[in-house]
This record gives sequence, structure tokens and C-alpha cells, in this order.
Amino acid sequence: MILVLAYSAVLLSFFSGLLGLMMHQRQHVLEFSQYMFNKLPRRSERCQSLIAPYLEEHRFPFLLRKAVFVLLGLSGVFAVLAGLSVLIGKTVVTDQLSLGLPWLPWHVRFDCLSGFFFLIIGIAVSSVSLYGPGYVNSYDESQHPFAVLGLFTGLFVAGMMLVLLADDAFFFMIAWELMSVASYFLVAFQHENPANRRAAFIYLLMAEVGALAIILGFGVLAGFSDGFTFDALRKANVSTTWASIAFMWALLGFGMKAGIFPVHVWLPEAHPVAPSHISALMSGVMLKVALYGLIRFCFDLLGDVHWQWGVVLLILGTVSALGGILYAMMQTNLKRLLAYSSVENIGIIFMVLGLSMIFMANGHPQLAALGLLAALFHAFNHALFKNLLFLGAGIIHHQTHQLNIDMMGGLIKKMPKTSMLFLIGCMSISSLPLFNGFVSEWLAFQTALQVDVLDNGVLRSLIPVAAAALALTAALAAACFVKVFGLIFLGLPRSHHCEKAHETQDKGMLAGSSLLAGLCFLFGIFPGLIISLINSVAGQLLGETLPNDAALGWLWLAPVSVSQASYAPPLVLIGALIAGCVSFWYLRRNPSTAIRTAETWDCGFGGLTHRMQYSSSAFTMPFRRIFAKVWIIDEQIDKDMQGAMNQDVAAVHYQLRIQDHSWPRLYEPIARGVNSTAKLVGRIQTGNIRVYLGYSFATLLLLLWVIS
Amino acid sequence: MNWLIAILQTILFVVLAPLLAGWIKCCKCRLQNRKAPSVFQPYRDLFKLTHKQPVVSEQASWLFIKAPYIIFSATVLAATVVPLIAVDLPTSASADVIVMVGFFAFARFFLALAGLDIGTAFGGMGSSREMTISSMAEPAMLMAIFTLTMTASTTNLSFAISHVLNEGLVLRPSFVFALSALVLVAIAETGRIPVDNPATHLELTMIHEAMILEYSGRHLALIEWASQLKLMLYGVLIANIFFPWGIAESFGIQALGYGLLVIIGKLALLAVFLAIAETLVAKMRLFRVQEFLSFAYLLGLLGMLSHIILEAAR
Repeated sequence: MILVLAYSAVLLSFFSGLLGLMMHQRQHVLEFSQYMFNKLPRRSERCQSLIAPYLEEHRFPFLLRKAVFVLLGLSGVFAVLAGLSVLIGKTVVTDQLSLGLPWLPWHVRFDCLSGFFFLIIGIAVSSVSLYGPGYVNSYDESQHPFAVLGLFTGLFVAGMMLVLLADDAFFFMIAWELMSVASYFLVAFQHENPANRRAAFIYLLMAEVGALAIILGFGVLAGFSDGFTFDALRKANVSTTWASIAFMWALLGFGMKAGIFPVHVWLPEAHPVAPSHISALMSGVMLKVALYGLIRFCFDLLGDVHWQWGVVLLILGTVSALGGILYAMMQTNLKRLLAYSSVENIGIIFMVLGLSMIFMANGHPQLAALGLLAALFHAFNHALFKNLLFLGAGIIHHQTHQLNIDMMGGLIKKMPKTSMLFLIGCMSISSLPLFNGFVSEWLAFQTALQVDVLDNGVLRSLIPVAAAALALTAALAAACFVKVFGLIFLGLPRSHHCEKAHETQDKGMLAGSSLLAGLCFLFGIFPGLIISLINSVAGQLLGETLPNDAALGWLWLAPVSVSQASYAPPLVLIGALIAGCVSFWYLRRNPSTAIRTAETWDCGFGGLTHRMQYSSSAFTMPFRRIFAKVWIIDEQIDKDMQGAMNQDVAAVHYQLRIQDHSWPRLYEPIARGVNSTAKLVGRIQTGNIRVYLGYSFATLLLLLWVIS
Repeated sequence: MNWLIAILQTILFVVLAPLLAGWIKCCKCRLQNRKAPSVFQPYRDLFKLTHKQPVVSEQASWLFIKAPYIIFSATVLAATVVPLIAVDLPTSASADVIVMVGFFAFARFFLALAGLDIGTAFGGMGSSREMTISSMAEPAMLMAIFTLTMTASTTNLSFAISHVLNEGLVLRPSFVFALSALVLVAIAETGRIPVDNPATHLELTMIHEAMILEYSGRHLALIEWASQLKLMLYGVLIANIFFPWGIAESFGIQALGYGLLVIIGKLALLAVFLAIAETLVAKMRLFRVQEFLSFAYLLGLLGMLSHIILEAAR
């Protein structure tokens, strides 16, 4: 039953892709329906009258788009149902599909871990399918055909779900490649821009290198076992060294997809150029699928984790979290900024996973369960709020035709609903209390503070430092999203487009985002709902659940014990409402003190224009100065002089370019190395036929010598 | 009964906060050979502001008008978490010290947004600086607090304070470091000299004042009150975590009354120290602040390490 739900989710997304292909086949559909009517003359009159209006020339594309997204949405709903049923039932379902290689049918396994990620995919896909129809309407059909978008969206979603279902390395890689390649075409969707083609190419290159690393990781394990099924890999008796090598390959492969520093560079390139609902899926969900791969590989297939791996994850995660948010802060392109912030959040998840590994390896499985729970909960939350922010960015782009936050401003009055939804996203991602982002961060801190149980002195001093880095990350994230919300929605409009912007008329776009915003708030107030689900994941994966199972109520959150830490978000909400209402009522009751509006005071300077506001580079200037070493900063101020002595400044040009260190430090040397190797190899290609004949002769002699 | 005392304690917090601000001002004036205003002057100011008609800019959105209420409520919620006169109150179980830091972040988030709302250069300047300083101060503060929570192995403030009380008078090197770190952070976060000057308007170095320039009437009153509350919160944190003696451990009238007297005494003493420090030290340049705060962070880190190396059980 559970598998039927999961399979139907996959099939529905697949069909939605196929249906997208029908976009330009109206003529064929017409002919086919005529043919069917002639074949089956009974009732054809009524059927024809029923179907005919849908096949009219101007309605057909519109309805088809709707149908594609309805199928996608249904797939999401089925995925949620499948995930919930396996999480509540705490079961494991296995199956075999007679597809694939003759001696290796596709093995399918659906357990709590897969179920939890199915839940994430399901929620994200449902909201995207509500949002999609309104968003794709703006594309010009002749230039950006919907058939391509629809087909690859369907394949992409189906690929992600299949990755979660796979139970042998072969099937896993096929599904993984389906996901990667389909998303490549989505990134390259608006391929008329050279930048988009470049981004898509970088993405494809890194995805394939990552896939190679994953294959090598599986290969190492398969070398010690008698097959490619995950069951066989689990049983493999791997020595510590080889297990560590397999771990490093898996970390490289999955880390590349998840966007961990320094292999994150495809993220800020690919996310801004893809259509917004696709970037939402890529950032919110695909990165999580990579995370799933890592968790599956380390905790399930490798079995015995080592604390050194945990330290590697912890350090990589810390660097990613800090680097991600610092780079995000400097961006002016909204979607690029969000992409870097994904690097940050993935870093946080890696940190907590690392803690979980450390506790697991040191014989504290209950605390490992706490860490795993915090990591998975943060993954879930990140999927919610990052999707919400990307969808919000899509609405803003749709209404103002730009993504540069330095050109926006004042949208809170023009787009009140979008601004409210975006504000909720910003508050969740800045981990403010009452929203879901805070709860997972709180759990992460609680995990880090359990460090006292460890014996190793290095770990005992390393983990608190990592916790402080997490605190710094959270504070920087708050600063970054104050900048984002403040520059986009508050202040005066900085461009003509923003002045003319108005709220989106499409109810679906708002509904998709509202669903996510509502969930952000719901799970911020009642985190127990989702935590009890994740607890069963930990139970299946680690064989242990939280130290304090009994305290898992809807009201209280006390993961370790009540005397150590507790948090009751509903009580906090009630308190906040009381405090707010009392002060509001007390101060508003006197009618003579009603608000009077007047010109902006601005210390009496007056003459305020939108050019005088703080811009993105102004807002982040203190950070740029304090953390100057983090970026490659190229700042130029040119003055145009005029007048008799060339002393009057006529105009000032300011230019600021901020670059990622990883390009010149890591990628360009690799590119140079590849090029120079190619040149060396090129030397043997002289272009002279006699030399080539000589090569053939030498080869022949060599082969003859080998044979004899 | 417990809930009643908890609510009473929160109300005490809210009511006493302006008094502390007035007392600091009074001490400072005396130290600087000026004639001091009455200790109750902040109450008069708040009363005056709440009875004035607020003037709001045409450019303001709903966020600007609602933000003072949100800031005030978040700060009051932070106050419910911190034990003032008694430990073991139910409200301190509903949120721990990390949540308290979260409430401060919540208030700051909206304060910074309100600064950006009107679109003046001053507002943006204040928001940018506030977020910079707080993002440096927050890790230092958490570092100091983690030292305490690891010693007491709880993040619940009430239990942590009980733990310190039960341990008796032990000189812990980690606590000395943590105390210094927390004091530095408190100075930065509450906008006192040498980081920010609460007494000035219209200086290009202003931080907190720059954000709230456009506020007037009851909105300004709420924000001022919230910042006085925040100052008192930090004072109580320092006083009750590191010198918890005197706080009520039972809910008898006598114990509570004694607790109230003791905390007033401790805060008055702390305020005198603050006034002396503000009189002796000159304000720093803005880009020296990060050195100040990294020093605080370093102290917090040292506290943590000395806890791990010197004091931990094994």
C-alpha cells in the first residue's frame, strides 16, 4: 500500500512531464480524438461536445499547462502521503522491479529515512505546482517552449524520488543521473544568455564529477562485498582505511551536489539563471537529496562511523556556514544571495551531522540521535523557508522584472501580501523564535552543549568553538536578511519598475507561498509534530531514539531532560500576544493621540530622494571592512574633474566587484593544469603523416612483441 | 501561585527598568560635576511621550508603526526568562537562555527594519551598524553563557543559578573570564560608552539613536522603555548569574521581599560601576568596536577552555 503511494507519486510526476510534451501537438490530439470518436460512435456526440471546447486553439495551451501542474501537484500530495504513512507506521517496505540489468533488477526499499525525504519533496513539489502556472505564463512560447520546461520538471522530480527509493548502487546512480541531467536542462532553459549557458555547463561538469566520485565510493564498498545491492554493501566487511577512503569519495560526491565549501561554486551560478520555481526545487529539495545520499552512505551502508569523519564534517560544515553567509551578504542579485545562503544552511546541517557522528562513534547513540534529529529538522526547515524565499523572489522578479536588490525598495506598500510572506521567510531563515528555523538551531546548540560527555580533550574544546561559529552564522544571517528585506520592501523605490509594481494577480502564486509560510509558522510553534516523526527515522537508522522520549509533547520541547533544557513555543506565543495586546490596548485607548502623518523629519535636512538611502554595498560596508580577508574585493572610485584648475568634481563613479576566493585558488589552477596537460599530449599530434605511420608501426611492433 | 509570582516578577522588571536608567544618569551627573535630574525623570519622560500625538512619516509602512510593539513585547518576553527575585519560576522553563538571546535578536531584527523603513540615510546607517555590532556580540555572549551552562549542565537559567548557589562560594577561573566577556558584551549591546553614546543625537557615530530618529510619541516611549529594559536585563544577568546570593529560593513573602531588596542593591552597585566606567572612558571609533568585541569573544573562549581543561569532572 505504502509502495503504491510512492510509485504513484513517481509515475504522476513522470506523466506530468510527458503531458508537457503535448504542448505543440494540438493537431495530433485533435486527430486522435476524431479517430477515437469514429471508432466508438456510441456517446461520441456527448464526449465530443464535452472535449471539444478544451481543444480550442487559444484555450488548449493554457489548460495543458494547468494539467501538467495539477499532475505534478498530485505527485507531491502522494509523496507526502507515502512519506507520512511510512513514518507513522515505522515500517520498511522492499520490492524488486524487473527493470535494469538482467542479473541486477532494480531493488526498491522504502524506509523512514526515505519517507522523511519524500515528505520534504512532497511539500515542496505541491507548493511549486500551485505556484507554477502563474509563473510560466510570462514566458514567450516561441522562445521558451513550455514543453521543455514541463518535460524536464517532471523527469527531475521523478529522478529525485527514485534516488530515495533505490536500494542498489546501480539503480541509485541511474536515478541520480536522471535528476542531474534533467536539472541541467532546466538550468539551461533560457539558453539565449551566454551566462546561462556557462552556468549550466559548470553545473553539468560538477554534477558529473560528483557522480564519478559517488560511483568510486560505491565501488570501494562493492569491492568488499558480493553484489551491488545495498544489503550486500551493508554486510561488506570493510577495513577502517578503505571505509575512510569510501567516505571521502562519498563526501566529495554528495558534498558537490549539496554545495559544501569549496565545491559550492555551481550553486551561485546555476540558481539565479533557472526559473524561480525550479531554483526553489533545486535549492530546497535537490540539495536535500544529496544530503540523503550522504546520510544513507555513512550511517546506513558504512555502518560503523568514526569520530574523525565527524570532525571532517564539523570543520567543513563550519567553514561552509560562515563562508556561505558572508558571501551571501555581499551579493546584490537576490537569487544569487539565496543560493549562497543555501551553502550556509547546508553547512549548518553538515556541522550537526558531524556532531552526531562524533557522539555515535564515542558510544553515545542517544545524543547521536539528537544530532541527527537536529540535522534532519534543519534540512526540513531549510526546504520550507528557502522554497518560500525563492518563490517570493520569483514573484518579485515577475512583478518588477529585476533581481538586483539595489534597484528595489518600497515594495511593502505595493505588494503587501508578498511582503508578508517574504517577511515570514526572512524571519525563519534568521532563526528568530516562534519560527521553525529557530527550533532546529536551538536543537543544534543543545547537541553541541552535550560535549561534556566526551573524553577526548580536542573534541571537547573544538565543539564549543564550532557552536560559537554557529552563533556567529546565525547573527550574520539575521544581518543579511535584514538587508534583503529592508532594501527590497522598505524605504523609497529605487527604480521606475518598482514604483510601478503592483501585487501579483495570480492566486496560485500566493497560495503556493502561503502554504510554505504557514508551515514555517506551524512548525515553529508546534515542532513536536515533526520531531516525533524524525524520531522514528533515528530509531530505524541508529537503533536509538531521543534520550527523553516521554517529553515529546506538542507543548514542550525537552530533548535531553527537563532539567537540562526546555522550550515551549506555544507558551511563548501566548506570552508575546499578551504583552503585545496589553501595550497596544493601553497606548491606543486615548483617541486624542491618534497618529498624525507628516513629511519625513530626517533631522530637518529635508529634500530626501531615493538616491540618499543606504544601498546594499553601503549596508554591508562595516562587514566588508571587518572580514576583509574573506573576499577578493575590487573597489574603484573614479572622479571626473572639470573646471579651470581641474579641481571641481563633476561626477563620481563607484565600482565594486566581489569575488569568491575559490575560483582563483582552486578552480583556475585545475583548469590551467588540464590545459597544460592537454598541450603536452598535443605534442605527439604533429599533423605529419609520416610520424603517424611511424606510431602505427611502433604499435604494431610492440603488439607483436607482446604476443610472442 | 507560581505563575502569579512569575507574572509579578515580569511586571517588576518592566516597572523598575526606568528607575535603573534614572539612577545611572544620576550617578553619571554627580561624577561629572553636573546637577542631576531626579531619579524618576525617565518615568516622567515616558509619561509625557505616551500622552503625545505621534507623528509618523508619510513614507512609513505598517511595519514602522507595529515595530515598537513587537520590540517591546520581545524584550518583555526576554524578561520573563531571567530570574529577578526568585528562582524556579515556571516561565523560566518555557524558554531557556538560548531563547532569551533569540528574543533579543527578534527585537533587534524589527528595530533594524524600522530604521530602514522610512528611507533616510540615518536610518540605514543605524541599522547597518547595529546589525554589525550585534553579529559580533552575539557569539561572544553565547560563548560566555555556554561556559556557565556547561558548568551547570543546563541551559535553563533558573536551574543554572540554583546550581551556582548550591556550589557555594568557589572561585572559578572560567567564571571570571565569562563575567568579563559578558560585561563587555552588555556594554556593546545596550549601547553604552565606549561603543555607543546614549546621550547624543545627531552625531555621525550614533548607532541606536540613528535607527529611532523618526519615532515620536508612544512609539518612541515603547522603544526607549524596551532599551531600558534591556539594560536592566543585562544587569540582572550579570548580578544573578555570577553573584546569585540573596535570590529567593522559596516563595514566602519574606524571602521574596529580601530577594527584591538584594537585587535592587546589586543593580544600584553595578550602575555605579557603569557610571564610573562611562565617565572615565572615551567613546571609541566605530571600527575599533570589532576589536573590543573580539576581545570579549576571546575572553569567552578562554573561559570555556579553562572550564574544559581545569574544572571539568574528568
